[in-house]
Amino acid sequence: MKTLVIFPIIIPLITASFCLVSYKTPRLQWFFVGLGNISYFIVALTFLWATYHGNYYSIQIGNWEAPFGITIIIDLFSSIMLVITSILVFCSLLYALTMTPKEEFRLGYLSLTFFLVMGVSGAFTTGDLFNLYVWFEVMLMSSFVLMAFGGEQRQLEGSIKYVILNLMSSAIFLASTGILYGMVGTVNLTDLSIKLSMIEHKYPKLIVSSLLLVAFGIKAGLFPLYFWLPASYHTPPPGISALFSGLLTKVGMYSIIRTFTLFYREIDTTMQNALLIIASLTMLIGVLGAVSQNEIRRILSFHIISQIGYMLMGLALWTPAGIAGAIYFMAHNIIAKSNLFFISGIIHKKTGSYNLKSQGNLYKELPILSFCFLCSALSLAGLPPLSGFVGKLALIIAGINANAYITVLVSIVVSFLTLFSMTKIWIYTFWGTPNHKKTDTSETPQNLSFAYCSVIILALLTLGLGILGETFFTISYKSAQSLLQPLTYIEKVMGY
Amino acid sequence: MEWLFAILVGCLYSAGLYLMLQRNMFKLVLGMCLISHGANLLIFTAGGLTRNLPPIFSEVTSVTSQITDPLPQAFVLTAIVISFGVTAFLLVLVHRTHKTLNTDDIDDLIKTDLQ
Amino acid sequence: MNSLILKTAGKYIAPLLFLFAIYLLLTGHNQPGGGFSGGLVASASFILLAFAYGVERTQNWIRISPIYLIALGLLLAIGSGLFSILTGQPFMTGVWITFNSLSLGTPMLFDTGVFLVVSGTTLLIILELLKEV
Repeated sequence: MKTLVIFPIIIPLITASFCLVSYKTPRLQWFFVGLGNISYFIVALTFLWATYHGNYYSIQIGNWEAPFGITIIIDLFSSIMLVITSILVFCSLLYALTMTPKEEFRLGYLSLTFFLVMGVSGAFTTGDLFNLYVWFEVMLMSSFVLMAFGGEQRQLEGSIKYVILNLMSSAIFLASTGILYGMVGTVNLTDLSIKLSMIEHKYPKLIVSSLLLVAFGIKAGLFPLYFWLPASYHTPPPGISALFSGLLTKVGMYSIIRTFTLFYREIDTTMQNALLIIASLTMLIGVLGAVSQNEIRRILSFHIISQIGYMLMGLALWTPAGIAGAIYFMAHNIIAKSNLFFISGIIHKKTGSYNLKSQGNLYKELPILSFCFLCSALSLAGLPPLSGFVGKLALIIAGINANAYITVLVSIVVSFLTLFSMTKIWIYTFWGTPNHKKTDTSETPQNLSFAYCSVIILALLTLGLGILGETFFTISYKSAQSLLQPLTYIEKVMGY
Repeated sequence: MEWLFAILVGCLYSAGLYLMLQRNMFKLVLGMCLISHGANLLIFTAGGLTRNLPPIFSEVTSVTSQITDPLPQAFVLTAIVISFGVTAFLLVLVHRTHKTLNTDDIDDLIKTDLQ
Repeated sequence: MNSLILKTAGKYIAPLLFLFAIYLLLTGHNQPGGGFSGGLVASASFILLAFAYGVERTQNWIRISPIYLIALGLLLAIGSGLFSILTGQPFMTGVWITFNSLSLGTPMLFDTGVFLVVSGTTLLIILELLKEV
């Protein structure tokens, strides 16, 4: 079991390298990718099972002792994220099988996807701040290339904005790591947790955590720092933007939760109020941005921002229930939001446009797709019995118990606005008169069955997460409890 | 010595930010380079500056004041390698964008947002 | 570019540069050098040739595509880390074999992997850019 800890990182790396070796023969690539994805899923599930029973697994890379070497540690929170990642990657591969042009596989689409997965799972499992920076860069490099993949004008425009703002956040992250190292002389997360708790003055901790909040906030798309997201997420091919919407912002959010729970044993009230205000504003501004848009993927991009606000709200409440809500919400959001992006890609294939005004009456043509859309969209808005309802309910109850009434009020208003813009997509796209011209009659109709498969799997998962909400919420609650009491985590890494 | 480095880091950051605020796309890349240099030097300075001492802990140099901390050097080295890769990619991206859009003005990149 | 001076000089300098790259790689364990700088110098030697003789002829000299270099390097680097798992230690612990005074270890293998990845990546980017000039 202990040797397995490194496997969530190694498996994608090996898969990606084998894909590079066989870059001329897509069939062989698919073989490696399938093998890699399945073994990754199995490893992730094993860890979920083991960590649910209260275990932590950690190794020291190269056998260098804890505060000096790089720690890789898997606890319940990271294994939940690993499992969700593997499911999402599986669906995105199924989707890409028919939706992505053949020549893109020769250009390395699959190996880049797996480099991205390697960066993501590295970020989920690392226990070292500088190593986290490295994984962020691995993830960003592959996402940069994937973003600019088509080489069309709009993609290049989007990726310039994406690349520059993310590099800026990396520079801030690097600088804050340096300052932290100069201050306490370590970058190991657990050692930082010990040493920072010994500093009596509150300002050093506040300054460093604010710097990290800015760095991760750009990546997660928090309120004043989100501008790159709606400017770039609607430009790449739909399969890629679905993967990004599911994984990248959530890695930023994961890092915020991980670092803050380790750095603060007791949350500082200044920081807590700041987090609550940022969370409310993120929710509100994101959803207001979405209301004014008319292009499906731009609406969805703005909703990513507003959903990130919910997760931050869960963290800011600083109770086990709140953080459990945030974790559950993260899992729900990865599944529902990516599915909506997948569906937008299929709609584009059918109607030739992303614009709401030039679509209509798709319900008659594609009843199954409309059902899947309805599932994910209503889940996003938070209607029972879907997963979003459980997540939002948990967050709202936790908020009321923590006396954060204004944030709770904002989150309820935002839910209604989300419902409004989801029904807007529904009315324009699936009801009404068909506005789109049947343009591609000359093209041979593509077989989209694999794409439908992935959409249906994700829609069923949303439903399942909602109906079996209590089971999944118990898992999140358990991981939230262990996050708020990091002593076991610390003992495990430092080896006392 | 630290104050000199602190000023240098500040200069690099401000020069980098100044370049990034220009409208030329190539200056954006140069600004990004300067900022990452600034961040690297910041780590190096924050880790403590020592002169002419080995980064190796041995029996001869068993007192901690007689060695250089090897970790900031390792951090900086890693960060330099990463910024090398990122800069190479950025150059290619800017070059490709320049060829496709026939402009190097960042203000011309808003067409996708206006649609 | 068509310069007689560059062509004549490149013919002699490029092999020397490549030799220096290998020296850097081998000396890297105990002295300044290593896979990264070695890889950069190695790719520099080919880029010099590409400047003097054109991209196509250089690609013929390298024979294999830089993508294979990258993939091979990555696999070597992972493989060097996996050795220690077989001996029951954590990933990437150095495993050493000693013959008399010569000791061979997995860090060397890792450095070779880095060498290949760096030279492959640099060649891929710069040859691709040179084609467009």
